[in-house]
Amino acid sequence: MTTTNVDIPGVELNEEGFFVHPEQWTEDIVPELARREGIDELTDAHWKVIRFMRSEYLEKGAGPTVRALGKTSGVSVRELYQLFPKGPAKVAAKIAGIPKPRGCI
Amino acid sequence: MKETIEKVSIIISKGSLEGIYPGLIMANGARAEGIEVNLFFTFFGLDAIYAKRHEHIKLATVGNPGLHFATWAGGLPGVSSLMTHYMERKMGTLDIPSIPDFMEMIYETGAGIYACKASVDLFGLEKNDLIPEVQDIITVGEFYEKAAGGEIIFT
Repeated sequence: MTTTNVDIPGVELNEEGFFVHPEQWTEDIVPELARREGIDELTDAHWKVIRFMRSEYLEKGAGPTVRALGKTSGVSVRELYQLFPKGPAKVAAKIAGIPKPRGCI
Repeated sequence: MKETIEKVSIIISKGSLEGIYPGLIMANGARAEGIEVNLFFTFFGLDAIYAKRHEHIKLATVGNPGLHFATWAGGLPGVSSLMTHYMERKMGTLDIPSIPDFMEMIYETGAGIYACKASVDLFGLEKNDLIPEVQDIITVGEFYEKAAGGEIIFT
């Protein structure tokens, strides 16, 4: 969990572990962010979702929910949960350095 | 460390549109937070997983003061269908899935989906009357075993 980890230089995280300043994110720190979420090995599919989250955020100002991800990222809902068992949109948003997606569906 | 919820078991006991959606939204939302979820369908809530009926769930227009209708108006022929259609269209614009699509999605999230044995027997149904996403028909005792260690939400 994030609370047991030391700070990443140049990165400010909020209480829940989301980036306070999304512009502080770089792809170099993705493996470390993923490890903190219990993902030790990043596959191409993980990267696909992380990059998609990031680009959606940069384009629309908010990250997609799981339903939106399942419909638009090219990764099925089932696979999203296999990749990010602790909540695909939430965990991928943390790793992609973007705010937590807000949406009830 | 902030307190978290690790597991919820949600009971859906009503067969109206407004009786089914809240439980489905809470189930799906819990999975999105990484929370383990079991859904248990009982009594008229079974309609949500009854293959013949789950595409035809109606909004209750009688005995529903939230609609702010005259009581007699809600009972006129066609009013329930009309209001259901209106509600479904509105939900569609907000990208809220239909009940069949929602059930499929919730299944894909890895939630457990169960039917109540007493209700299945009461309505004279069998496993193959239910949608394929239903994992099992279970007793109330088995429900409590599955729910152990988590929160229970009754809707």
